[in-house]
Amino acid sequence: MNEAEQQAFEQEIYAFVGEVVYPVTPAPDDVNESMIRHWCEVLGETNPAYLDQDWAADSARGHIIAPPAMMYVWGQEGFQVTTGRAANAQSNLVETFNRHGFTGVLGTNVKQEYFREVGVGDNIAVQMVIDNISERKMTSRGPGYFFETLATFTNRDGETVGTQRFKVLKFIPQEQPAAAASDDGKLETPTRIASVRGHDNGWWWDAVDAGKVLIQRCTSCQTLRHPPRPMCHECQSMEWDSIESTLDGEVLSFTCVRHPQVPGYPKDPICAVIRLAEGTNLVSNVVGCEFEDMAIGMKVKGVVEQVDEKTALPQFYPA
Amino acid sequence: MSDYRTLTLAEVSVGDKLEPVDIDVTTGLVVCGALATRDFEPVHHDKSAALATGLPDVFMNILTSQGLMTRYATDWSGPEAVVRSIDLKLGAPNVPGMVMTMSGEVSAVDSDSGVVDINVLGENNIWGMHMQGTVQLALPREG
Ligand SMILES: [Zn+2]
Repeated sequence: MNEAEQQAFEQEIYAFVGEVVYPVTPAPDDVNESMIRHWCEVLGETNPAYLDQDWAADSARGHIIAPPAMMYVWGQEGFQVTTGRAANAQSNLVETFNRHGFTGVLGTNVKQEYFREVGVGDNIAVQMVIDNISERKMTSRGPGYFFETLATFTNRDGETVGTQRFKVLKFIPQEQPAAAASDDGKLETPTRIASVRGHDNGWWWDAVDAGKVLIQRCTSCQTLRHPPRPMCHECQSMEWDSIESTLDGEVLSFTCVRHPQVPGYPKDPICAVIRLAEGTNLVSNVVGCEFEDMAIGMKVKGVVEQVDEKTALPQFYPA
Repeated sequence: MSDYRTLTLAEVSVGDKLEPVDIDVTTGLVVCGALATRDFEPVHHDKSAALATGLPDVFMNILTSQGLMTRYATDWSGPEAVVRSIDLKLGAPNVPGMVMTMSGEVSAVDSDSGVVDINVLGENNIWGMHMQGTVQLALPREG
């Protein structure tokens, strides 16, 4: 899309701002106890404000109310959507995006505000408009535009009971990693990223799998080194063997990796550089300790643990 | 008469944590949640429609997620609390077989309006953040 084409396209989509998706449409069902109860049953909701007439009669409200999160439920189109929805301003906007390659769709934000509680017997009408469309953005999904619909909910007296803003990203899809399901259809639980094992370091990881942390030692000058590499940095000898670490150590430096959270890893893991008693440093996790209680110089003791189905790693505990 | 208590404004402070709750995302919860919210979009009850969108199974609709999150907030506050808003950023889908853990922390207490803000997070064990945002509740001043 060149600049002129983009301008023409944007003119076309921005013309949708303010367009009515649904005019004021009363709900097919008045607010009623049965639908409230069915909703609560599935959602595991036990709030007596929705379910218990006797309790509600004595409460500040004096009667039961509909769960606020049902606000959008009352006006839903119903089973007919299984065979498609009638064209409206929103579907026309989506179609315009699709025609220009913005075929990806992602709901990104939904905000409901509630101004009034709703009692049994009321009727909730919904009106929806296309409220705004962003400028072109480069997103992690690809280039695209955010559009936001604004639904306004009114009761039988015409009072606004709430609003909903729903933001959708329409984007040109880029290559995305496929969602994984294993052959038997079960979801695979993610594990930590596998260590890369090559000629020069595979032996070290194989030892970890066997429950040991080894330290490479030059057989010419006895200097220890880590991470593993072919040549001694002191005497350039390529002859080496290894010793097993006792995993007694001291924290040289540490941080907490809060963002981004990576699937397969614990939340807010503490990562530390640990000076082992033998003299080499090891980057590892400190566990069994709150981040607030970490300190440089604290003594730690390591043990090789199976941290997930596929991964063994040394983990350090306060000594 | 009531076994139900509602937190008063004076009992709540910024930094108060809500006890985490695990939700088993089952096919039943996904499909029946869609029906209870009258959301008949095929992707929420028809696995073949969900597969066609690149997901491994039917996935939870937004209205069910909103319902679970408001329930989480009012289970903490008690039934006299009035839900004022729920503002969520949407993340990874909830698909059967996952477990979603909801957690929350009070992030603001406005003693003038009586409204408390709760930062909430619903995170599944496979893909991470499913929803994250703020629930606002108005709490009574006296019990
Ligand atoms: Zn050497």
